[in-house]
Amino acid sequence: MLMNTPKQRRGNQLLIEAGIVVAIALILILIVPWVLTDFRLNLLGRFLALSIAGLGIDLIWGYTGLLSLGHGVFFALGGYLLAMYLKLQIPETASNRLPEFMNLYGVTELPWFWQPFHNFGFTMVAILFLPTIIGGLLGYLVFRNRIRGVYFSILTQAATIVFFNFFNGQQKLFNGTNGLTDFKTILGADIGTYQYTFYILTIAFLVLAYALCRWLTSGSFGNLLVAIRDDENRLRFSGYNPTGFKVIVFAVSAALAGIGGAFYTIQTGRVSPQLMDIGFSIEMVIWVAAGGRATLVGAILGTLLVNFAKSLLSEQFPDVWLFFQGALFLLVVTVLPEGIIGLKKLFQRKKSIDTYPDIDLDPDVQSEREHLSN
Amino acid sequence: MLSGLLEAVFNGMSIGSVLLISALGLAIVFGLMGVINLAHGELMMLGAYTTFVVQNIFKLLPTPLFEFYIFFALIAAFFVAAAVGFVLERGVIRFLYGRPLETLLATWGVSLILQQFVRSISWGLAIAISLFCLLFFGGMQLINRRPNAESIRTKAIAIILPLSIGISSIVSIFLGNTFGLTITKPWFGAQNVDVTAPAWLRGGLPIGDFQLPYSRLFIMLMTAICLVGIYLFLQRTNWGLRIRAVTQNRNMSACLGIPTATVDAFTFALGSGLAGIAGCAISLLGSVGPNTGQNYVVDTFMVVVVGGVGKLAGTIIAALAIGTASYLIGSGTFISMFASLQPVADFLTFFATTSMAKVMVFALIITFLQVRPGGIFPQKGRNVEL
Repeated sequence: MLMNTPKQRRGNQLLIEAGIVVAIALILILIVPWVLTDFRLNLLGRFLALSIAGLGIDLIWGYTGLLSLGHGVFFALGGYLLAMYLKLQIPETASNRLPEFMNLYGVTELPWFWQPFHNFGFTMVAILFLPTIIGGLLGYLVFRNRIRGVYFSILTQAATIVFFNFFNGQQKLFNGTNGLTDFKTILGADIGTYQYTFYILTIAFLVLAYALCRWLTSGSFGNLLVAIRDDENRLRFSGYNPTGFKVIVFAVSAALAGIGGAFYTIQTGRVSPQLMDIGFSIEMVIWVAAGGRATLVGAILGTLLVNFAKSLLSEQFPDVWLFFQGALFLLVVTVLPEGIIGLKKLFQRKKSIDTYPDIDLDPDVQSEREHLSN
Repeated sequence: MLSGLLEAVFNGMSIGSVLLISALGLAIVFGLMGVINLAHGELMMLGAYTTFVVQNIFKLLPTPLFEFYIFFALIAAFFVAAAVGFVLERGVIRFLYGRPLETLLATWGVSLILQQFVRSISWGLAIAISLFCLLFFGGMQLINRRPNAESIRTKAIAIILPLSIGISSIVSIFLGNTFGLTITKPWFGAQNVDVTAPAWLRGGLPIGDFQLPYSRLFIMLMTAICLVGIYLFLQRTNWGLRIRAVTQNRNMSACLGIPTATVDAFTFALGSGLAGIAGCAISLLGSVGPNTGQNYVVDTFMVVVVGGVGKLAGTIIAALAIGTASYLIGSGTFISMFASLQPVADFLTFFATTSMAKVMVFALIITFLQVRPGGIFPQKGRNVEL
């Protein structure tokens, strides 16, 4: 048969995968809205937006092994940029052309950096690139010095606190703790009537993000990411400089978080510094961990499952949700390191191992060990 | 002017000394095991709540004794936090060695549980937990006595765990229904609790035109004692020697017969105990709530990052520097100095709140790490890592 060269086979598999993705997207767009109530559909839309950010986390943590505890910053940043554009949609005829909270704090003129956000195109570009640039810059400053592992994680956590304080403290620029809410129109139309469009757009962007991550992780770039995760020193000794790759992948994941944040904001109708809370950023990691790290499907699945579980449980028992969440962290890390996707191994026949990359797997070593311990 | 600066430095140092006690424990543990404990703040919080409990017990005693409750509270806070730390190490962290990032996530889970635990702990919950421990660990003991313990352990856990959870929750729900509020009322609840300092810690030592509060002086003294104690412990005792050996080279120490697992558990308990003492200190500075630990813990991590893990001196310098810098920037002490330079003064005024000071301090830390990525005193040795 013609199909049998490896390249063609891979092409076929890719085609099948694309077909499945498109089919799922169509089901989500066409069938699911008939099944779910408006409230649940809105929740699903939000969670799909979250899973765009989840893909970003998977990219840096699952594949590259960089645990960022600060992706809430980029997420909220995307949200704030879109929210500010929406707040600036004030009719020409209005006597006061400032968002109402600014009047409250006695601001008379729009700060210069918010000026361009009257423009829709600029806002879209900013949502795409501002988190990317900030992520890239922070990443460069940190990775350049070979700061990694736990150090990197707690620095990102500190960055989260810093951004949280900044947005929380500046009432005049960002409305402080209350954040931005009460959006009315987008591109001149009432925002309430467009919720289904936002839902479709979220799915479209999720598919795009999936494709991007799939492309990034499958080629030699993907191999490099995994190499950084598994043995960065060896990679460096092989003549690569990991800094650039880490900066790129961190920036890409920041961009994904920003896009997710924008879609999340427009569907919740609110953005506040709460999204930059330390807890929320770590939660993002646990979505991916619960789904299965280093698998893109796992990241999306985990995000949806954990968030639906959260919304159900915290409706029923608001007190115990923290217990559940804490237990989830412990459980995923200790018992299920490969997440839900890892469970499928239970149903697969165990492959016999021909070579022993790990000495513990060698049956000779094991029998020897048992022999010794008896 | 000068006295203002002096006051600022004093306040900064006292903030720094709280940071120092808690960072000390974290730095020792991080140096030894490469593990950062995100639940460290919650261990501080437990220490603060222990102080609150001890205070309430001593209120029942005659007044002269009450005045000295703080010393008992310090000891109790140390041991409560150390015990929780020990359980945490034996129960969770020990399974995650060599996976520091997973340890971060797991300890975060523990910190969430501890936060909710202080909010909802009541007699009912306490009884349920004790019953669960009795059933589960008792059951496991019985299983372990059997000759074929190894082979049936997984199955045994699968049976005993849900069974003991079920029994203990049914008992606690039953008790809650029979006795009502006396059983189900939370001990502390979600709101903050206040610790009253003993009379001799209120007031202050007048110097010039401002006072040095006794409570802050007491905290600084306590920090100094802890420091000296830790130094002597690490340098002069056998256990200290073992801890230093494992920090330098784990495999070599294990080969030479040092029980590294015991050293790990012991050191982790010690570090947690120090967090408990720090918690006792923060309870003197203000009211404490379930989230109290979170306010301190990130600063504590920054101390470890800036100080490096090579020497205790790094932690000391970093803690005092970060404490002083946050206070100086946050209180706007420098503004009057640059009164003639309007842009600089405006710039400093922008950062002159406690939360904005953190922004500035973080920028300074990132700048510092550009020069010395390994902290003030990086770990020495031929190392590929840095």
